[in-house]
Amino acid sequence: MESPLNRYRSFTVLVLVIFAQLILLAVQVKNDQNVSVIRSWTVTAVSPVARILEWGRHSSVGFIRNYVLLRDANEENRRLQSEVDRLKVENVLLKNALNVADRAKALGTFAARVPSRTLAATVFASAAGSDSNAVLVDRGSVSGVERGMGVVTPDGIVGKVLRVYAMSSMVGLINDQDFAAGVVTQNGQVRGVLKGQGKPLCKVDYVPFEDKIAVGDLLFTSGDDHMFPRGFPVGVVKSVTNGQPREILAEPSGLRRGVPQDVLIILSGVHQEIPEAPPSSQAVYINPSPPAAAQPEANALPAGVGTEADRVRAQAKALSESQGHPFGSGDGKIPDFNANHPLPPAPPPAQPPAADAPPAASSSTRRANQAAGASSGGKQDR
Amino acid sequence: MSYSTGRILLSSQREGQVSRFRPWVMIVVPLAAILFQVYVPLFFQFLKFLEMPLLVVVYFALMRRNQIGGLLTGAMVGLAQDSLSKNPLGMHGIVNTLVGYFAASVGVRLDVDHGVIRFLLALFFYMFHQLLCWMIEQALPLGHQPAFKIDEWLMFGVLNAIVGVALFHFLDKLRESA
Repeated sequence: MESPLNRYRSFTVLVLVIFAQLILLAVQVKNDQNVSVIRSWTVTAVSPVARILEWGRHSSVGFIRNYVLLRDANEENRRLQSEVDRLKVENVLLKNALNVADRAKALGTFAARVPSRTLAATVFASAAGSDSNAVLVDRGSVSGVERGMGVVTPDGIVGKVLRVYAMSSMVGLINDQDFAAGVVTQNGQVRGVLKGQGKPLCKVDYVPFEDKIAVGDLLFTSGDDHMFPRGFPVGVVKSVTNGQPREILAEPSGLRRGVPQDVLIILSGVHQEIPEAPPSSQAVYINPSPPAAAQPEANALPAGVGTEADRVRAQAKALSESQGHPFGSGDGKIPDFNANHPLPPAPPPAQPPAADAPPAASSSTRRANQAAGASSGGKQDR
Repeated sequence: MSYSTGRILLSSQREGQVSRFRPWVMIVVPLAAILFQVYVPLFFQFLKFLEMPLLVVVYFALMRRNQIGGLLTGAMVGLAQDSLSKNPLGMHGIVNTLVGYFAASVGVRLDVDHGVIRFLLALFFYMFHQLLCWMIEQALPLGHQPAFKIDEWLMFGVLNAIVGVALFHFLDKLRESA
């Protein structure tokens, strides 16, 4: 006769496997311990492959940026040079210089500026699970990383180290439901606890009702949590609902541009003062240049104002234009100054400026004189 | 590939053809699915909803029609997922074990080469997976209350099922020919 265990073999195996995993789950939850050997094996097995993938991606992106886009940049550069507009070229160069600002350099600068001892790390994978807000970085216990250490970027705090393996660590992001950090407003008057809630915005709890906090207030780490030193940017308050209970939502500045690729792990924190000005990494508004048409023409002469040189210059201009040689075109042809050409009437003698004349008149005169001097070979009257 | 357009229910277990896979396929495909889940969302956040390991477990269980093989594949993939997540070990393990077992049980009865059946099974097992995850999270003192987002699950389930049908079609090419 067939035994029941053999008859229901697959169901028996199912029960055994589920039971074993339930025991495993129960032991972990009860003791709050991780089965580090299995985790380490899995992470060690996956990390090299993930790193190879990251290397391949980095190389291909680098190839595209260094060769394909560089060729485009040269073509663009030639096109711009053909336009012969020095200001435009200068503007493009400045923009390029801004665009090629290396984030690693920025991170290095930030690390040098911050008094805390930090360790640069690269994010190479996100944690498994569709609702998981954690990433894996390429620094582990070998590099001195410990569980609970804070992770930051120049933009703001990013999260904290949840688990440490030999060569890598898992970092819980600031918007993770298990994340919490002490925060304080820029003026140092309002304190609270920032908590992740699995969404882009985090909530700020434990803010006394009488404390005044408004939309746009900048939040910094308070240092009360013994995880982040005081003074790191955290985010900006996005909404304040003065109901019961009070709900304050803040946008974490560290994740404003998505999960950063390069981060700093705080190995030993040093408290710092909360900056009075907003963090320097914030975007700086640059007013656009005035339109070219609005700029006063340097060669233009105001009516009735000028010197003898201005008059001669006006004559030369009228003469050359009448012979088909635009004045100042530099086409190598010299106009015939002996040709019979009606000269423009001489300007009336310059009147001495009135005492209440606006200063713009004298400045425009000075500009006209300078222009005349420039057109006559840059010589100065003695 | 041509889907059978006739019956979707098999009258006997013999009628359904058991698919065989080379050992490297059984290792590389789940590993690639796990890597996909931990690596791709880093650059394409919108692909975070894809449960590739689950789809792979469902596929192998359906096609191999072996309950023990299905549950063991589910357990391995689930434990690997747990190891790479911040959840305690065993959470996804238990869920994927059950998914593998039930998928293999269903695979015995249904014509799993049928495209519509594949879509419906992928959708069903995604919902089953999410529901079990939610129940386990509720049961464990993890410090937060998981949300019961049935509308989101349904939407992501449909998307996963669509991807699943395409993935199954691709994985069919890795079957050993009889």
